[in-house]
Amino acid sequence: MLSRDGKRILRGVNLEVGDQEIHSIIGANGAGKSTLAYTLMGLQGYEHEEGSLIFDGEDIAKLSITERARKGITLAWQEPARFEGLKVRDYLAIGAKGNGDITEEELKDALKKVDLKPEKYLDREVGEALSGGERKRIELASIITMRPKLAILDEPDSGIDVVSLKEIVALIQALKENGSSVLVITHREEIAAASDKASLMCEGAILRSGDPLEISEFFKNRCIPCDSRVSPPKAALQ
Amino acid sequence: MTQITISTLSSEIEDMDAAYSAAGGDAAILHKHELASLVISGSKVLNANGTEGIVLETQETEHGVDVKMIIKKGYKIPLPVHLCFGLIPEDGLQEIKMNFVAEEDSAVELIAHCTFPNAMKVIHRMDAQMVIGKNASLKYTETHFHGPHGGIEVIPKANIKIEEGGSYYTNFSLVSGRVGYLEFDYTVEAKKDAVCELVTKVYGKKDDKIKILEKVSLNGENARSVIKSRLAITDDAVSEFRGITEGRAPRARGHVDCMEVIQGNAKAEAIPIVRVDNPLAKVTHEAAIGCVDKKEVETLMARGLEEDDAIDIIVKGMLA
Repeated sequence: MLSRDGKRILRGVNLEVGDQEIHSIIGANGAGKSTLAYTLMGLQGYEHEEGSLIFDGEDIAKLSITERARKGITLAWQEPARFEGLKVRDYLAIGAKGNGDITEEELKDALKKVDLKPEKYLDREVGEALSGGERKRIELASIITMRPKLAILDEPDSGIDVVSLKEIVALIQALKENGSSVLVITHREEIAAASDKASLMCEGAILRSGDPLEISEFFKNRCIPCDSRVSPPKAALQ
Repeated sequence: MTQITISTLSSEIEDMDAAYSAAGGDAAILHKHELASLVISGSKVLNANGTEGIVLETQETEHGVDVKMIIKKGYKIPLPVHLCFGLIPEDGLQEIKMNFVAEEDSAVELIAHCTFPNAMKVIHRMDAQMVIGKNASLKYTETHFHGPHGGIEVIPKANIKIEEGGSYYTNFSLVSGRVGYLEFDYTVEAKKDAVCELVTKVYGKKDDKIKILEKVSLNGENARSVIKSRLAITDDAVSEFRGITEGRAPRARGHVDCMEVIQGNAKAEAIPIVRVDNPLAKVTHEAAIGCVDKKEVETLMARGLEEDDAIDIIVKGMLA
C-alpha cells in the first residue's frame, strides 16, 4: 500500500469504518498507526500506491489533502503545528469555512468542549505562548468546528494529563453524536473501550478487527513491541 | 493645552487622509484636537497638534521637515500620538529629521503610518535621534503602506539612547504593497536596567531588496534587549539581516531572533552577531531560514484550504 526505499511500510491493510462509528487503531510503537493516518489524509510522502481507498462510495486515493478535507475527512496530529501569529479564533474559523461563517457562540462552545476558557484563549496565538497540551486541545477544538464526516485523531490523549482522559473520551463521543465517524489511534485502553470497534496493527498490517475489549486484551497479552524488530507473533497471524 | 495648526491645504489633507486610511490608520484621529498628531506630506506640515505634556516643533526644509518632539518630565501621555508621513505623487524625495526626547519619568506611545501609495520614483529618508530619559518609556510602532510599483527607497536610520531604567519598544512593519528598497539601520545604547525590544516585519516580493541592520549595546548593568525579525520573501526578492547585540555589563541579557521564510527564487541571508566582553553578561541568538513549515501547511489543507491559501495565512500570521 505504501513503500519507502523499496520497503513496504503498510501492507495488508483492510479496514472499514462505518457511519458514525468510533474505530480505534491499537498497536505498539512502530506498528504503522500514524503512517496509516497520514496515508488516509494523503499527506506528502504518504501517497497511496496500491489498492483502493473508498470514502462515501468514491475512490479518493488520488485526491489531494484539500480535496479529501472538502469531502469531509480531517486529521488531528499527535503533535500539533505551532502557527506563529495565528489567533485561536482564526484557526478555529478556518475549519468551519465549509459550513459557512462560524458564530462567536460556536467558537466559544468548541473551546469549552476541550475544557479551555474562551475568554482566556480565543484571542491568543496558537503558537509558542501555549503549552503542548493546550495546543492539543485547540487542535481538537478545530476538529469540532469543522464538523467532518471522518475525523482521524492521532493519539489525541498524548500530552494531556490522565485526569483529562475522560474529557477526551467524551469529546470523541460528542464528535460521533454530531454525525462524525472517528478513527482514533491510541495506546489507551480507556479510549479503546469507548470505541464501537477496534483494529490491531502490527508491522504495517491490520492483524485483526473486532470488539474493542477483545482486541485490547489480545494486544496486551499476545503482542510484542514492533521496535524489537522481530516478526509478529505467529499466533496473531493465524 | 497647546494647539498648533500650521498648514491647511485641503486637497493635500484629503489625499493624505485617504492614504493614511489605506495604510490602516483611522484618518478621523488626525483631526481630533484632543489627540496629539503630526501629518507631513512631502516637505509640507499639514497638521501639527501637540497636547499637554508634549512640545512639538516643526521646520519645513527643502526636501522634508525637521521635527522636534519632547515629552515633558513626569508626563504619562494617556492616548497615543499619531504620526503620518507620506508622499502622494509618483516621484519625490522626503527627508524627515526627528529629534525626540522622552524626559525623565515620562511615557508615550507613538503610532506612525508612512504611506507612499503611488510611488514610482520616491525616496523616503528618516534620520532620528532619540533619547529615552531615566525611567521613561517609549512605545513606537511604524506601519508602512507602499503602492504596487516598487519604485521606492525607504531609508530609516535611528540612534536611540536609553537612560537608566528607561524602556523602548519599536515595531516596524512593511507588509502591504511592494517594499522597493529598504535599508533599515537602528542603533541602541542601553544603560543600567534599561529595556529594549526591536521588532521588524517585512514582506518582500518581485525584485524587492531588504537590508536590516539592528545593533544594541547593553552598556549598563542588568540592561535587557530582544531583537526580533520576521521576514518573508518571495519571487526574486533579496533580504539581508544583521542583528548585533553587545553584552558589556554585569547581568546584561540580550537575544537576537531572526526567522525568514523564502519562496520562489528569493534569497535570504541572516547573520546574528553576539559580542560579550563582560563575563556576567549573556547574549543568545537564533536564526532560521527556510520554506513554510510543512506540517502547518498540511494542517490547514486538512481543514479544507488550498495550499497557496494555507501558505498565505501562515506567512501573514508570522508577520502579524
